[in-house]
Amino acid sequence: MNEPRHHGQASHAPAHFSVGALVANFVALMVLLAATVAVAEIDLGRGNFIAATAIAATKTTLIMVVFMNLRYSKPLARLVACAGFFWLAIMFALSFSDYGSRGWLPNADAAAPVENRYSADGNS
Amino acid sequence: MSEAHSIHGPVAHQFDDLQQQREADELGMWTFLCTEILFFGGVFLAYTLYRLRDEAGFADASGTMNLWLGAVNTAVLLCSSLTVALAVHAGETSRRTMLVVCLVLTMILGAGFLGIKGYEYYEKYEEHHMPLFGLPFIYEGQASPATAEMFFDLYFVMTGIHAIHMIIGMGVFTLLLVKALRGGLLGDYSTPVHIAGLYWHFVDIVWVFLFPFLYLIGARH
Repeated sequence: MNEPRHHGQASHAPAHFSVGALVANFVALMVLLAATVAVAEIDLGRGNFIAATAIAATKTTLIMVVFMNLRYSKPLARLVACAGFFWLAIMFALSFSDYGSRGWLPNADAAAPVENRYSADGNS
Repeated sequence: MSEAHSIHGPVAHQFDDLQQQREADELGMWTFLCTEILFFGGVFLAYTLYRLRDEAGFADASGTMNLWLGAVNTAVLLCSSLTVALAVHAGETSRRTMLVVCLVLTMILGAGFLGIKGYEYYEKYEEHHMPLFGLPFIYEGQASPATAEMFFDLYFVMTGIHAIHMIIGMGVFTLLLVKALRGGLLGDYSTPVHIAGLYWHFVDIVWVFLFPFLYLIGARH
């Protein structure tokens, strides 16, 4: 029977953030929550969407790096974490190139002639 | 000391050492979370496409949302992420009381979130903004009823699958709490808390995007 191989190995906690750093991260997240609510009250047109998404992305980064401990994780775990978002970007990019070229988006002017040519007059 | 929990110690026999086991556990959870990103990504994609089709309509429908309940719920969820992170810390540094307290707090906050969410669903039901189960859908804003109905369809699907994830997470934390109360999950045995924490933080991240996209895009009435 094999002996357990951890014998003799010093028991040590994996690298992690201090309690102070975790609390500071939480405070930063709450400040960003207040910021996203405040920014939404100002009419910035398209800027509202950009600001909301940028703040959400910042909060996501803080949660992933500090709370999910990616700061002290191995490169492989970081790579897999990023891969999820990379695949998400592929899904969005391909879907938008599809819908964008079919006249789904109301202001996609470039798509309009294509739609007219193939469907509006019916006799391409 | 660690042999008190299991005759084999904290390391399963297919692993060389604790660090390798922990990295494998972490990698497995991150791989699962990748599939979760794409799972939620699908509904976010549907949301984006319908919103771009009628941005004014979505803004109008979003304006009927209860902003403060949404903001309070975001704060509740961020608090629960902190308590989870503190639970992981307590487990890794072998502080049992702190671990139990943090797990209990996490579950209280999770239940609070679901309670507020349930109240919001009830509000939507009262306002006839719940296009589910054949309920009458009545919308009196400026958006076309079809756009408003699509917004609330997406609202219920997105927040619904998010809530299901939270319920599953609370089930996982219940099991961890039982183990912690029996004196487990400390030191070398703390990896399950970290792995469950990754899942909980991910569910928090989903809400971080749901909140602005569902509650904050509208002109407030």
